[in-house]
Amino acid sequence: MSVRVYTSSKSYRAGQFFGGLIVALIVIAIASLLPLLPWYKLNPVLDFIGMHPWLNAFLKAFVVVNFVALHVLFLIWLERKFAGWMQARLGPKHVGWQGLGQTLADAIKLFLKEDIVPAKADRQLFAIAPFLSFMPTLLTFMVLPFSAAWIAYDYDLGALFVVAVSTNVALGVLAAGWGANNKYSILGGARAVAQLLSYEIPMVMMILAVVTLSDTMSMKQIVLRQAHLWNIVAYWPVMIPAFLIFLTCALAELNRTPFDLPEAESELVSGFHTEYSGMRFAFFYLAEFANNFFSAGFAVTLFFGGWYGPILPPVVWFTLKTLILICVMMWIRWTLPRLRIDQVMGFCWKVLVPISLVVYCITALIALK
Amino acid sequence: MPLTSTEISSPGMTINMGPQHPSTHGVLRLLVELDGEVVHSCRPVIGYLHRGLEKMFEARPYRQCIPFTDRLDYLAALNNNLAISQAVERVGNITVPERAQYIRVMLCEMNRIASHLVFLGTYATDIGATTVFLYAFRDREKMLDLLEMMTGARLTYNWIRPGGVPTDLPEGFEKAVRSVFEELKVTLDENNRLLTGNRIFRVRTEGIGVISKEQAIAWGSTGPVIRGSGVPYDIRKIAPYEVYDRLDFDVPVFDQGDCMARYLVRIEEIRQSMRIVEQCFKDMPDGEIMTKMPKIFRPPAGEAYSRTESPRGELSFFMVSDGSLNPVRVHVRAPSFIHLSMLPDLLKGVKVADVIAILGSLDTVLGEVDR
Repeated sequence: MSVRVYTSSKSYRAGQFFGGLIVALIVIAIASLLPLLPWYKLNPVLDFIGMHPWLNAFLKAFVVVNFVALHVLFLIWLERKFAGWMQARLGPKHVGWQGLGQTLADAIKLFLKEDIVPAKADRQLFAIAPFLSFMPTLLTFMVLPFSAAWIAYDYDLGALFVVAVSTNVALGVLAAGWGANNKYSILGGARAVAQLLSYEIPMVMMILAVVTLSDTMSMKQIVLRQAHLWNIVAYWPVMIPAFLIFLTCALAELNRTPFDLPEAESELVSGFHTEYSGMRFAFFYLAEFANNFFSAGFAVTLFFGGWYGPILPPVVWFTLKTLILICVMMWIRWTLPRLRIDQVMGFCWKVLVPISLVVYCITALIALK
Repeated sequence: MPLTSTEISSPGMTINMGPQHPSTHGVLRLLVELDGEVVHSCRPVIGYLHRGLEKMFEARPYRQCIPFTDRLDYLAALNNNLAISQAVERVGNITVPERAQYIRVMLCEMNRIASHLVFLGTYATDIGATTVFLYAFRDREKMLDLLEMMTGARLTYNWIRPGGVPTDLPEGFEKAVRSVFEELKVTLDENNRLLTGNRIFRVRTEGIGVISKEQAIAWGSTGPVIRGSGVPYDIRKIAPYEVYDRLDFDVPVFDQGDCMARYLVRIEEIRQSMRIVEQCFKDMPDGEIMTKMPKIFRPPAGEAYSRTESPRGELSFFMVSDGSLNPVRVHVRAPSFIHLSMLPDLLKGVKVADVIAILGSLDTVLGEVDR
């Protein structure tokens, strides 16, 4: 008998990496052919839709919701695969090619499961909480510019809208924590709200820095100002720290490691969604990953020139940049341990808030000049 | 009532951590009184795994007691086998051949490495770093493969027995061990870079759950816990058994007494254990591996006490014989039990997250606590 060979050898992991790279390139190549299709034949249809604002709004909402749902399916697969690559294991493998259908299978399973409400739960609150936390996330997608044309609604106050709406996630989380009438849930919910609201401050400050430099709050206009040079390059002395602060806050808002205390598995079982099962649980997941995509997309919009890039069509560029940023977040998640709640709050109020104030002041000086 | 009162008091909350909870390491139940996020008091409730092993020993011939000891500290079963075998040998005045002693020491150290790797993995998950968990378990898997090669089992070995060991080293064992150790040295450094130097890991463990030197002695803690508090107390050095007095190894001691110190002690012990195993291969003489034992083993009336250093601390067996086939009384001094009894004092006033960090750093195994 001999010691077994493990699948974590360097060549195996390199193979996985390059395999993934090739697949990504094929996807990009196919996507880049999309603009060559005869889209102009759709013009009469588009004209018809354009003349009926309600139809227009409905179709946009339809596209956004389905995009979010499909993307979350892919993102959950990516997260699990990514974790597998980092942790010297394979990740999902059996449902479909490389386990691509795994999330779909899981989703179907979750939808078929019994919807259990604990006996002493606040039924209404418990039932509505997953949607309360999913709705704000979905709304933020309304102003996310995938390209100059692909934006559901180019709101003048886009950045403000995002800030105002996304904070409401805290409401859903608190409702879930309180409604379940479970001690772990309420602890998780309380942690989540404290964390979400605190980290909102430096985050908003950094959004404000970009808004000050761009002179506009419209998401589309913010990207248009970066046509020649990304913000993070053009104003690097302030924008690099601003981006890092933004990323940190985004991680905290998303409850991802090192800030995953609201659902800290080793302490609170699974925090505010301990009691959830089936479809409602799936909605929390949907919200989390949709939020993840939005945060990365928002960062791309603010700092990395949105849809601008050579050769490939704008939508592909935007998605590509966003995916890279999501991978960075996953990388952080699967590397770092978790902080303690007082350390998380201390870090926000004693470190991030002062730094972000300084960064904002310098940005304002640059903008004045 | 006028709105002048500024004092806010919360009624507090009792949380049941366990027996079904992701990180109570087995079936431990912690009744934690919380005030917000701060722990007011904590009461460990044990006994969910009680099987009455000490009583069961009394109804069995000496050699049939060995399989039960596998279920005491199931992460280091060989160390338990060794402890009870020594007690039986002492009560029956049996001498063990030198080669068998080397093999015993070698395997116990390898089991110590496997056990400490489990600690490394589970402690990392307790703190929140899930990746280290899988890395540590990958390495442990290799150690278990080696032990399987030797003993035929992966967890409950039932292998060291009174009088020696049943089989000699299999062919190619030394080569396999050396190649695994080469990999382990690399991956240990990898994990070290991931965890020990990590600032988040450090703020979570440094200065948390501090046990002073005096407390550590007064509470009767042993093993990595007392060595993390600056007391160089190791049974392998102060009361050497088997061939430990002939082997050259260091006892890692850290003075801080916090979770980090206990963690570092264990990491360093993995390195020292590898040193011991390598020396055993070098020094091992040829010869017998088993003393000739009578078919029906009847030790003279008397009592014996054997002290060993298990991965968790001082593991001792007290055994009384009245000259009959079965022992009259067996007592196990389980280190985890004593470490658990420190918890209520250690957890007063810490945060919820620290409960897990401190409990994890004591590295208790409930099989040993409940017996």
